[in-house]
Amino acid sequence: MPAINVNPTRQELTRLKGRLKTSIRGHKLLKDKRDELMKQFMDVVRENRALRKKVEEGLMRAHGSFTVASALMSSEMLEQSLLYPKQAVELDMTFQNIMSVNVPIYHFRTKSDDAGEIYPYGFAATSGELDGAVDALSGVFQDMLKLAEIEKTSQLLAEEIEKTRRRVNALEYVKIPQMQEAIKYISMKLDENERANTIRLMKVKDMLLKEAIEGKREADVRAVEAFGGHLENPESV
Amino acid sequence: MANYKIAVLGDKDSVLGFKALGLSVFPAENVEEARRTLHELAKENYAVIYLTEQYAAGMGPEIARYKDELTPAIILIPGKDGSLGIGMANVKRAVERAVGADIL
Repeated sequence: MPAINVNPTRQELTRLKGRLKTSIRGHKLLKDKRDELMKQFMDVVRENRALRKKVEEGLMRAHGSFTVASALMSSEMLEQSLLYPKQAVELDMTFQNIMSVNVPIYHFRTKSDDAGEIYPYGFAATSGELDGAVDALSGVFQDMLKLAEIEKTSQLLAEEIEKTRRRVNALEYVKIPQMQEAIKYISMKLDENERANTIRLMKVKDMLLKEAIEGKREADVRAVEAFGGHLENPESV
Repeated sequence: MANYKIAVLGDKDSVLGFKALGLSVFPAENVEEARRTLHELAKENYAVIYLTEQYAAGMGPEIARYKDELTPAIILIPGKDGSLGIGMANVKRAVERAVGADIL
Protein backbone atom coordinates (compact mmCIF):
# COMPACT_ATOMS: atom_id res chain seq x y z
CA MET A 1 0.00 0.00 0.00
CA PRO A 2 1.41 3.37 -0.91
CA ALA A 3 2.07 5.79 1.86
CA ILE A 4 -1.28 7.43 2.48
CA ASN A 5 -1.10 10.32 4.81
CA VAL A 6 -4.69 11.15 5.54
CA ASN A 7 -6.74 11.26 8.67
CA PRO A 8 -9.35 8.50 8.54
CA THR A 9 -12.19 10.79 9.50
CA ARG A 10 -15.57 11.33 8.01
CA GLN A 11 -14.79 14.98 7.35
CA GLU A 12 -11.68 14.08 5.38
CA LEU A 13 -13.68 11.52 3.43
CA THR A 14 -16.27 14.09 2.39
CA ARG A 15 -13.53 16.51 1.41
CA LEU A 16 -11.72 13.89 -0.66
CA LYS A 17 -14.90 12.82 -2.40
CA GLY A 18 -15.55 16.42 -3.38
CA ARG A 19 -12.03 16.79 -4.68
CA LEU A 20 -12.27 13.57 -6.65
CA LYS A 21 -15.44 14.76 -8.30
CA THR A 22 -13.81 18.06 -9.26
CA SER A 23 -10.72 16.28 -10.53
CA ILE A 24 -12.70 13.94 -12.73
CA ARG A 25 -14.63 16.83 -14.16
CA GLY A 26 -11.43 18.83 -14.65
CA HIS A 27 -9.80 15.88 -16.32
CA LYS A 28 -12.63 15.55 -18.77
CA LEU A 29 -12.58 19.25 -19.59
CA LEU A 30 -8.81 19.33 -20.02
CA LYS A 31 -8.98 16.31 -22.25
CA ASP A 32 -11.53 18.05 -24.44
CA LYS A 33 -9.34 21.13 -24.49
CA ARG A 34 -6.34 19.08 -25.51
CA ASP A 35 -8.23 17.40 -28.32
CA GLU A 36 -9.53 20.67 -29.69
CA LEU A 37 -6.13 22.34 -29.41
CA MET A 38 -4.60 19.42 -31.23
CA LYS A 39 -7.11 19.76 -34.03
CA GLN A 40 -6.37 23.47 -34.40
CA PHE A 41 -2.66 22.83 -34.14
CA MET A 42 -2.63 20.30 -36.93
CA ASP A 43 -4.32 22.78 -39.26
CA VAL A 44 -1.92 25.54 -38.31
CA VAL A 45 1.16 23.42 -38.60
CA ARG A 46 0.21 22.13 -42.04
CA GLU A 47 -0.25 25.68 -43.22
CA ASN A 48 3.00 26.62 -41.54
CA ARG A 49 4.95 24.02 -43.47
CA ALA A 50 3.47 24.99 -46.80
CA LEU A 51 4.01 28.67 -46.18
CA ARG A 52 7.56 28.22 -44.97
CA LYS A 53 8.42 26.31 -48.08
CA LYS A 54 6.93 29.06 -50.21
CA VAL A 55 8.71 31.85 -48.34
CA GLU A 56 12.04 30.07 -48.42
CA GLU A 57 11.78 29.56 -52.14
CA GLY A 58 10.74 33.17 -52.69
CA LEU A 59 13.58 34.46 -50.59
CA MET A 60 16.10 32.29 -52.35
CA ARG A 61 14.96 33.77 -55.64
CA ALA A 62 15.25 37.28 -54.25
CA HIS A 63 18.71 36.54 -52.87
CA GLY A 64 19.67 35.22 -56.27
CA SER A 65 18.65 38.46 -57.94
CA PHE A 66 20.51 40.40 -55.30
CA THR A 67 23.66 38.46 -55.91
CA VAL A 68 23.43 39.28 -59.60
CA ALA A 69 22.71 42.92 -58.81
CA SER A 70 25.67 43.15 -56.45
CA ALA A 71 27.86 41.62 -59.11
CA LEU A 72 26.83 44.30 -61.57
CA MET A 73 27.07 47.17 -59.15
CA SER A 74 29.75 48.13 -56.68
CA SER A 75 28.88 47.32 -53.11
CA GLU A 76 29.11 51.00 -52.14
CA MET A 77 26.69 51.90 -54.89
CA LEU A 78 24.31 49.14 -53.87
CA GLU A 79 24.40 50.20 -50.27
CA GLN A 80 23.90 53.78 -51.17
CA SER A 81 20.88 52.97 -53.29
CA LEU A 82 19.16 51.21 -50.46
CA LEU A 83 20.34 53.39 -47.62
CA TYR A 84 17.32 55.66 -47.37
CA PRO A 85 14.09 53.80 -47.91
CA LYS A 86 11.09 55.73 -49.13
CA GLN A 87 8.72 53.16 -47.90
CA ALA A 88 8.03 52.48 -44.23
CA VAL A 89 6.08 49.68 -42.69
CA GLU A 90 4.12 49.88 -39.51
CA LEU A 91 2.75 46.88 -37.79
CA ASP A 92 -0.41 46.56 -35.80
CA MET A 93 -0.87 43.57 -33.63
CA THR A 94 -4.15 42.25 -32.35
CA PHE A 95 -4.79 39.03 -30.55
CA GLN A 96 -6.98 36.14 -31.31
CA ASN A 97 -8.03 33.69 -28.68
CA ILE A 98 -7.75 30.04 -29.65
CA MET A 99 -8.88 27.89 -26.75
CA SER A 100 -7.58 30.45 -24.25
CA VAL A 101 -4.27 30.79 -26.03
CA ASN A 102 -3.60 34.30 -27.19
CA VAL A 103 -2.07 34.30 -30.63
CA PRO A 104 -1.00 37.39 -32.51
CA ILE A 105 -2.51 38.64 -35.72
CA TYR A 106 -0.46 41.16 -37.63
CA HIS A 107 -1.78 43.90 -39.80
CA PHE A 108 0.82 45.91 -41.55
CA ARG A 109 0.47 49.32 -43.02
CA THR A 110 2.78 50.80 -45.54
CA LYS A 111 3.40 54.47 -45.39
CA SER A 112 2.57 54.93 -49.02
CA ASP A 113 0.26 52.88 -51.19
CA ASP A 114 2.17 53.49 -54.37
CA ALA A 115 3.75 50.22 -55.45
CA GLY A 116 6.56 52.12 -57.16
CA GLU A 117 7.63 53.56 -53.83
CA ILE A 118 9.59 50.47 -52.95
CA TYR A 119 12.45 51.59 -55.13
CA PRO A 120 14.24 54.15 -53.03
CA TYR A 121 16.72 55.08 -55.72
CA GLY A 122 16.95 56.70 -59.07
CA PHE A 123 16.98 54.29 -61.98
CA ALA A 124 19.84 55.98 -63.75
CA ALA A 125 22.70 54.70 -61.63
CA THR A 126 21.40 51.28 -60.73
CA SER A 127 21.07 48.09 -62.64
CA GLY A 128 17.79 46.48 -63.59
CA GLU A 129 18.58 43.39 -61.56
CA LEU A 130 18.27 45.41 -58.39
CA ASP A 131 14.73 46.35 -59.36
CA GLY A 132 13.96 42.70 -59.88
CA ALA A 133 15.45 41.78 -56.52
CA VAL A 134 13.54 44.45 -54.62
CA ASP A 135 10.39 43.50 -56.46
CA ALA A 136 10.85 39.83 -55.57
CA LEU A 137 11.38 40.75 -51.94
CA SER A 138 8.28 42.88 -51.75
CA GLY A 139 6.35 40.05 -53.35
CA VAL A 140 7.46 37.59 -50.74
CA PHE A 141 7.05 39.99 -47.86
CA GLN A 142 3.31 39.49 -47.55
CA ASP A 143 3.89 35.79 -47.15
CA MET A 144 6.69 36.41 -44.70
CA LEU A 145 4.36 38.31 -42.44
CA LYS A 146 1.77 35.60 -42.67
CA LEU A 147 4.49 33.09 -41.88
CA ALA A 148 5.46 35.04 -38.78
CA GLU A 149 1.87 34.96 -37.60
CA ILE A 150 1.39 31.28 -38.25
CA GLU A 151 4.73 30.18 -36.95
CA LYS A 152 4.25 32.07 -33.70
CA THR A 153 0.77 30.62 -33.42
CA SER A 154 2.05 27.11 -33.87
CA GLN A 155 4.78 27.66 -31.28
CA LEU A 156 2.34 29.02 -28.74
CA LEU A 157 -0.17 26.27 -29.42
CA ALA A 158 2.53 23.63 -29.12
CA GLU A 159 3.48 24.99 -25.74
CA GLU A 160 -0.12 25.02 -24.56
CA ILE A 161 -0.76 21.51 -25.81
CA GLU A 162 2.29 20.26 -24.00
CA LYS A 163 1.11 21.90 -20.80
CA THR A 164 -2.42 20.59 -21.15
CA ARG A 165 -1.22 17.10 -21.95
CA ARG A 166 0.90 17.04 -18.83
CA ARG A 167 -2.01 18.14 -16.73
CA VAL A 168 -4.31 15.54 -18.23
CA ASN A 169 -1.77 12.81 -17.60
CA ALA A 170 -1.03 13.98 -14.08
CA LEU A 171 -4.72 13.91 -13.24
CA GLU A 172 -5.39 10.65 -14.98
CA TYR A 173 -2.46 8.62 -13.76
CA VAL A 174 -1.48 10.23 -10.47
CA LYS A 175 -4.00 12.48 -8.78
CA ILE A 176 -7.21 10.58 -9.41
CA PRO A 177 -5.87 7.10 -8.50
CA GLN A 178 -4.27 8.59 -5.40
CA MET A 179 -7.52 10.08 -4.26
CA GLN A 180 -9.45 6.91 -5.00
CA GLU A 181 -6.93 4.99 -2.96
CA ALA A 182 -7.24 7.42 -0.09
CA ILE A 183 -11.03 7.26 -0.20
CA LYS A 184 -10.92 3.49 -0.16
CA TYR A 185 -8.50 3.54 2.74
CA ILE A 186 -10.66 5.91 4.78
CA SER A 187 -13.92 4.12 4.15
CA MET A 188 -12.34 0.79 5.04
CA LYS A 189 -10.87 2.26 8.18
CA LEU A 190 -14.23 3.74 9.11
CA ASP A 191 -16.00 0.44 8.51
CA GLU A 192 -13.40 -1.29 10.60
CA ASN A 193 -13.98 1.16 13.44
CA GLU A 194 -17.69 0.57 13.17
CA ARG A 195 -17.26 -3.18 13.46
CA ALA A 196 -14.88 -2.80 16.38
CA ASN A 197 -17.46 -0.69 18.13
CA THR A 198 -20.23 -3.24 17.63
CA ILE A 199 -18.07 -6.05 18.93
CA ARG A 200 -17.09 -4.02 21.96
CA LEU A 201 -20.74 -3.34 22.75
CA MET A 202 -21.60 -7.01 22.40
CA LYS A 203 -18.76 -7.95 24.72
CA VAL A 204 -19.81 -5.42 27.35
CA LYS A 205 -23.37 -6.66 27.15
CA ASP A 206 -22.15 -10.25 27.63
CA MET A 207 -20.15 -9.27 30.66
CA LEU A 208 -23.07 -7.44 32.23
CA LEU A 209 -25.35 -10.39 31.60
CA LYS A 210 -22.89 -12.79 33.15
CA GLU A 211 -22.60 -10.62 36.24
CA ALA A 212 -26.35 -10.46 36.60
CA ILE A 213 -26.70 -14.26 36.32
CA GLU A 214 -23.93 -14.79 38.81
CA GLY A 215 -25.56 -12.42 41.30
CA LYS A 216 -28.89 -14.13 40.91
CA ARG A 217 -27.39 -17.54 41.44
CA GLU A 218 -25.69 -16.47 44.66
CA ALA A 219 -28.98 -15.04 45.93
CA ASP A 220 -30.70 -18.39 45.21
CA VAL A 221 -28.06 -20.35 47.07
CA ARG A 222 -28.38 -18.05 50.05
CA ALA A 223 -32.19 -18.34 50.03
CA VAL A 224 -32.12 -22.15 49.91
CA GLU A 225 -29.58 -22.32 52.73
CA ALA A 226 -31.68 -20.01 54.88
CA PHE A 227 -34.50 -22.60 54.79
CA GLY A 228 -32.07 -25.31 55.92
CA GLY A 229 -31.93 -26.96 52.56
CA HIS A 230 -28.98 -27.85 50.54
CA LEU A 231 -28.46 -27.64 46.90
CA GLU A 232 -26.68 -30.61 45.45
CA ASN A 233 -25.54 -28.83 42.51
CA PRO A 234 -25.92 -25.06 42.64
CA GLU A 235 -24.87 -24.78 39.06
CA SER A 236 -27.98 -26.57 37.82
CA VAL A 237 -30.40 -24.01 39.16
CA MET B 1 -3.21 49.56 -30.24
CA ALA B 2 0.47 50.18 -30.12
CA ASN B 3 2.52 50.33 -33.23
CA TYR B 4 5.05 47.61 -33.52
CA LYS B 5 8.05 47.36 -35.74
CA ILE B 6 9.57 44.63 -37.83
CA ALA B 7 13.27 43.92 -37.68
CA VAL B 8 15.51 41.95 -39.96
CA LEU B 9 18.70 40.66 -38.41
CA GLY B 10 21.45 38.91 -40.29
CA ASP B 11 24.59 39.34 -42.29
CA LYS B 12 24.76 42.49 -44.34
CA ASP B 13 24.34 40.98 -47.78
CA SER B 14 21.31 38.95 -46.78
CA VAL B 15 19.36 41.71 -45.12
CA LEU B 16 20.18 44.76 -47.21
CA GLY B 17 17.28 44.29 -49.56
CA PHE B 18 14.71 44.43 -46.82
CA LYS B 19 15.66 48.00 -46.21
CA ALA B 20 13.95 48.97 -49.44
CA LEU B 21 10.69 47.58 -48.09
CA GLY B 22 10.85 49.88 -45.11
CA LEU B 23 11.76 47.32 -42.49
CA SER B 24 14.30 48.02 -39.80
CA VAL B 25 17.47 46.30 -40.84
CA PHE B 26 20.21 45.35 -38.39
CA PRO B 27 23.29 43.94 -40.07
CA ALA B 28 25.52 41.96 -37.73
CA GLU B 29 29.11 40.97 -38.41
CA ASN B 30 29.11 37.80 -36.34
CA VAL B 31 26.97 35.62 -34.11
CA GLU B 32 28.08 37.44 -30.97
CA GLU B 33 26.92 40.76 -32.34
CA ALA B 34 23.67 39.25 -33.59
CA ARG B 35 23.02 37.88 -30.12
CA ARG B 36 23.49 41.27 -28.53
CA THR B 37 21.30 42.94 -31.09
CA LEU B 38 18.58 40.33 -30.64
CA HIS B 39 18.36 41.04 -26.92
CA GLU B 40 18.19 44.75 -27.55
CA LEU B 41 15.46 44.32 -30.14
CA ALA B 42 13.45 42.10 -27.85
CA LYS B 43 13.40 44.85 -25.26
CA GLU B 44 12.01 47.35 -27.73
CA ASN B 45 8.66 46.98 -29.37
CA TYR B 46 9.59 44.75 -32.25
CA ALA B 47 6.79 42.29 -32.84
CA VAL B 48 8.54 40.30 -35.53
CA ILE B 49 12.24 39.68 -35.90
CA TYR B 50 13.41 37.91 -39.01
CA LEU B 51 16.71 36.19 -38.36
CA THR B 52 18.89 34.49 -40.92
CA GLU B 53 19.43 30.79 -40.34
CA GLN B 54 23.18 31.18 -40.60
CA TYR B 55 23.19 33.17 -37.37
CA ALA B 56 20.32 31.29 -35.80
CA ALA B 57 22.40 28.13 -35.89
CA GLY B 58 24.65 29.56 -33.19
CA MET B 59 21.90 31.19 -31.15
CA GLY B 60 19.77 28.27 -30.00
CA PRO B 61 19.30 29.27 -26.34
CA GLU B 62 18.49 32.89 -27.20
CA ILE B 63 15.80 31.86 -29.65
CA ALA B 64 14.35 29.30 -27.28
CA ARG B 65 14.04 32.02 -24.66
CA TYR B 66 11.60 34.02 -26.74
CA LYS B 67 9.76 31.05 -28.16
CA ASP B 68 7.02 30.98 -25.56
CA GLU B 69 6.63 34.74 -25.34
CA LEU B 70 3.99 36.56 -27.29
CA THR B 71 6.47 39.09 -28.63
CA PRO B 72 8.79 39.06 -30.35
CA ALA B 73 8.15 36.34 -32.87
CA ILE B 74 11.54 35.23 -34.10
CA ILE B 75 11.16 33.87 -37.58
CA LEU B 76 14.06 32.20 -39.32
CA ILE B 77 14.66 33.02 -42.95
CA PRO B 78 17.29 31.62 -45.24
CA GLY B 79 20.29 33.89 -45.70
CA LYS B 80 22.06 34.54 -48.97
CA ASP B 81 23.90 31.22 -48.74
CA GLY B 82 20.72 29.23 -48.87
CA SER B 83 18.50 27.45 -46.42
CA LEU B 84 20.02 25.28 -43.73
CA GLY B 85 16.71 23.62 -42.98
CA ILE B 86 16.65 24.94 -39.43
CA GLY B 87 13.34 26.66 -39.98
CA MET B 88 11.69 23.48 -41.18
CA ALA B 89 13.31 21.55 -38.34
CA ASN B 90 11.73 23.99 -35.90
CA VAL B 91 8.30 23.35 -37.35
CA LYS B 92 8.97 19.66 -36.93
CA ARG B 93 10.10 20.19 -33.38
CA ALA B 94 6.90 22.07 -32.56
CA VAL B 95 4.91 19.08 -33.78
CA GLU B 96 7.01 16.73 -31.70
CA ARG B 97 6.54 18.92 -28.70
CA ALA B 98 2.79 19.00 -29.06
CA VAL B 99 2.05 15.50 -30.21
CA GLY B 100 4.99 13.59 -28.82
CA ALA B 101 5.98 12.23 -32.20
CA ASP B 102 6.56 13.62 -35.66
CA ILE B 103 3.38 12.61 -37.40
CA LEU B 104 3.63 14.71 -40.54
